[in-house]
Amino acid sequence: MPILELAVKFGTYAAMGAILIFALGVVTLRNLFHCALCLAAVMIGIAILYVVLQAEFLAAVQILLYVGAVVTLVIFAIMLTEHLAGKTVRQTNSQSLAAILGLLGFVAVIAALIVKTPWPVTPTAMEAKVSVMGLGKALMGLYVFPFEVISIVLIAALIGTVVIAKKDAPEERL
Amino acid sequence: MIALPLSHMLIFSLLLFAIGLYGALVRRNIIGILISIELMLNATNINLIAFSKYTSLAPETGQIFAIFVIALAATAAAVGLAIVLALYRTRKTIYSDEVHLLKW
Repeated sequence: MPILELAVKFGTYAAMGAILIFALGVVTLRNLFHCALCLAAVMIGIAILYVVLQAEFLAAVQILLYVGAVVTLVIFAIMLTEHLAGKTVRQTNSQSLAAILGLLGFVAVIAALIVKTPWPVTPTAMEAKVSVMGLGKALMGLYVFPFEVISIVLIAALIGTVVIAKKDAPEERL
Repeated sequence: MIALPLSHMLIFSLLLFAIGLYGALVRRNIIGILISIELMLNATNINLIAFSKYTSLAPETGQIFAIFVIALAATAAAVGLAIVLALYRTRKTIYSDEVHLLKW
């Protein structure tokens, strides 16, 4: 069905372009709240790419965790801190030109490497399907040790976040 | 079934990574730097998923490591924003170049 494939192809390129435009908005807009909204748009676009790459579970996790949790957390932090940022405060440091030049070199080198490398893309690998059941079995079988390590890291980060963000005892003030 | 070649996917995620790195290098606001780091982590995730789809013979591996990266990104965001809140409470600033207590 070539018309469907063509539609998928152009839709994917359009999603990529939209993601890049929103990502530029994330790093260049002055108002941090607008940056956070652009970040949510970028995450939704990346979820669309995951659907195109047939990773449906990852797309659901992406929307749930990034758009649902991380962006909300960022917006909370912006609301709790923003009111001292006036209109005239500079939002970038003075190394913008050096950063752009260095990144252009970096992108040129890596892009040349990507184009020149013969990637082993085989039709048999393209046919492989990943089901949620397979993911769960791999997570509980082959990758059970990293899974447990991640859970310990998560609980440590949770406790650490509460400890860092809570108010100090009043007698400890300097 | 997938119409576009692997190298286009990789170059797209390279551009996304470069944009995130630019934000992390140039922004003064610490929350802006954290947002840029999230962009970079997502670019690497796209790479992992693309490789697992196009080339891998054990296709679950890439997706599982992408899940690990997402979990670590969530913890990084939570701890980083807690540090930002503590910093704002004690030093009344969220600009990275004004936090120079330990410099010199």
